[in-house]
Amino acid sequence: MNRIEKRFEELKKQGKKAFIPFITAGDPDLVKTKALVLELEKRGADIIELGIPFSDPIAEGPVIQRSSQRALEGETSSLKILNLVKEMRQETEIPLVLMGYYNPIFKFGERKFIEKTSRAGVDGLIIVDLPPEEAHFLLKEAEKNNLDIIFLLTPVSSEERIKLVCENSRGFIYCVAYTGITGDEKRKDKNLKDLVAEVHSLTSTPVGIGFGISSPLAAKKAASLAEIVIVGSAIVKKIEKYKANKNLVKEVGAFAESLIRTVKK
Amino acid sequence: MNHYHFPDRKGRFEIFGGKFVPETLMPALKELEEAYLEAKEDKNFQKELTKYLTDYAGRPTPLYFAERLTKSLGKAKIYLKREDLAHTGAHKINNTLGQVLLAKRMGKSRIIAETGAGQHGVATATAAAAFGLPCEVYMGEEDIQRQQLNVFRMELLGTRVIPVSSGSRTLKDAINETIRDWVTNVRTTYYVLGSVVGPHPYPMMVRDFQLVIGEETKEQILTKEKRLPHYLLACVGGGSNSLGLFYPFLEDDVQLIGVEAGGLGLSGDKHGATLARGSVGVLHGAKSYLLQDENGQISSTHSVAPGLDYPGVGPEHSYLKKSGRAKYFTVTDKEALEAFQALSELEGITPALESAHAIAYLKKLIPKLDKDKIVIVNLSGRGDKDVEQVAQILSRKA
Repeated sequence: MNRIEKRFEELKKQGKKAFIPFITAGDPDLVKTKALVLELEKRGADIIELGIPFSDPIAEGPVIQRSSQRALEGETSSLKILNLVKEMRQETEIPLVLMGYYNPIFKFGERKFIEKTSRAGVDGLIIVDLPPEEAHFLLKEAEKNNLDIIFLLTPVSSEERIKLVCENSRGFIYCVAYTGITGDEKRKDKNLKDLVAEVHSLTSTPVGIGFGISSPLAAKKAASLAEIVIVGSAIVKKIEKYKANKNLVKEVGAFAESLIRTVKK
Repeated sequence: MNHYHFPDRKGRFEIFGGKFVPETLMPALKELEEAYLEAKEDKNFQKELTKYLTDYAGRPTPLYFAERLTKSLGKAKIYLKREDLAHTGAHKINNTLGQVLLAKRMGKSRIIAETGAGQHGVATATAAAAFGLPCEVYMGEEDIQRQQLNVFRMELLGTRVIPVSSGSRTLKDAINETIRDWVTNVRTTYYVLGSVVGPHPYPMMVRDFQLVIGEETKEQILTKEKRLPHYLLACVGGGSNSLGLFYPFLEDDVQLIGVEAGGLGLSGDKHGATLARGSVGVLHGAKSYLLQDENGQISSTHSVAPGLDYPGVGPEHSYLKKSGRAKYFTVTDKEALEAFQALSELEGITPALESAHAIAYLKKLIPKLDKDKIVIVNLSGRGDKDVEQVAQILSRKA
């Protein structure tokens, strides 16, 4: 049983929902990334999603685009992120999921990346532009290394695709709240509820809702639909605001806690 | 075509191609592929497209024997395929008429596109106007600066031009932003992609809409010379004009040469020579050669020709390079600018800076050839859009 599975087992026993914050590794720098991860854990986050920055993040809104840019300007690379994870594993057992785009992983070498990622202590991987159809090799390698590959579903996913993702996604299933890019607070999709219900009817794998959740109220609503609430842009926005401030870690932690409280109620 | 069968059912050209996109786009790509394959077999669709290509876009475009250019180089006979004479001044209209007609057939109510040089943007705006659909075009701020004329043309055609300020502010970033729009408005919006790049079925579909160039060329050269050419030459950014010319000749004994942007030279990173200098990776939905760093981050590129200023290239070109069927070379900004002026003076034809790259390569190729050889260059667009920029560059030098 890996750390993600274990965490969901515990939450199930407690009857609680899970909260996953997203931050970009290396924004504003890797030392602060470590401090942020430990702080978010302390405030009650269940799993941390760490973004691997990419030069051309086609599914991201402006907030995460700028965040990736800052991380790349600091010369953050996949290798440095894996070293950071190794270092963090001395201090924490919180489940860690890396989220990124396919090209940096392909360039690294898929087999090598999976092996090193797993050995460093990462538990799961989300690759935004790698649908199950293109992921055969990666899935095989991940299984060998006890690493969860998490796939996404959206309100326009067909029945056939929902099945495909339910069969292949390990750890949890990431349901995108609307058709669009990350961080768009105004968008709502009437099909989200149906999507989550359909996934629940097909699998016992936990379901997460992400994209556009920026307030305690929105987090509460998402928690009423699914097992996991995922918040990215709203947190990254705080990082952007306080990136040069000595209270960065505290401010981000306090904001995350305000969301966690509504999710855990 | 007897043996060549790419792409396969998964949209692969051997190891290249595929569909590397966010989940939101997967159903849209499937819908597009099904609609396209159905339209391809539908005689009425093909009849309507042919009607527009003929009566509206002015096809077939001529194959012109460039006598003075031939004499000046003193060797093989040079023909120019005059895509610059197609409506809107470039080959791009072949593809946009096909795709906008398809969008209408699919019941989509809004058109979006990216553009680099502005030629694809103008061609999309034109087709959208002709079929009465609202259109928005994403264009990098850097390209907006250097292609003012095309920006105004698009606006004149009723299209909204949206400046893109992210990344290198050129074609790559315009594509990123158009994909973001498409992900958001996928139910109602049709994305007219302008080259043989992107996820399946785009590389196949755009090639199919462009191969009219090669089919006409074949017929025309057989009429004029009673034999096939020895060489075909075309510039390669994403690669749509070159693939359109090459494709009908893939199984013939004809040498295929693509010319990439050498920019300020290949020793630094100021170029767009993806096939000459790139390595395999995944960008904008497909596996192909890419200009990237050792961490898989996409490189910034440079070319005097905005349409060649792109760090990727079509998956089919990647396959043709790897298999050796086509050869790829580069031409610098300086050589392209010289060819831009030379063709204007010698033939009274001002080529687009993109097409000027193919013309410039003649100086390297022709001296090696016998007089009885035939070379055809795809003159993919006209240079009116570049005149102001070239005037600025030349006056800076003077």
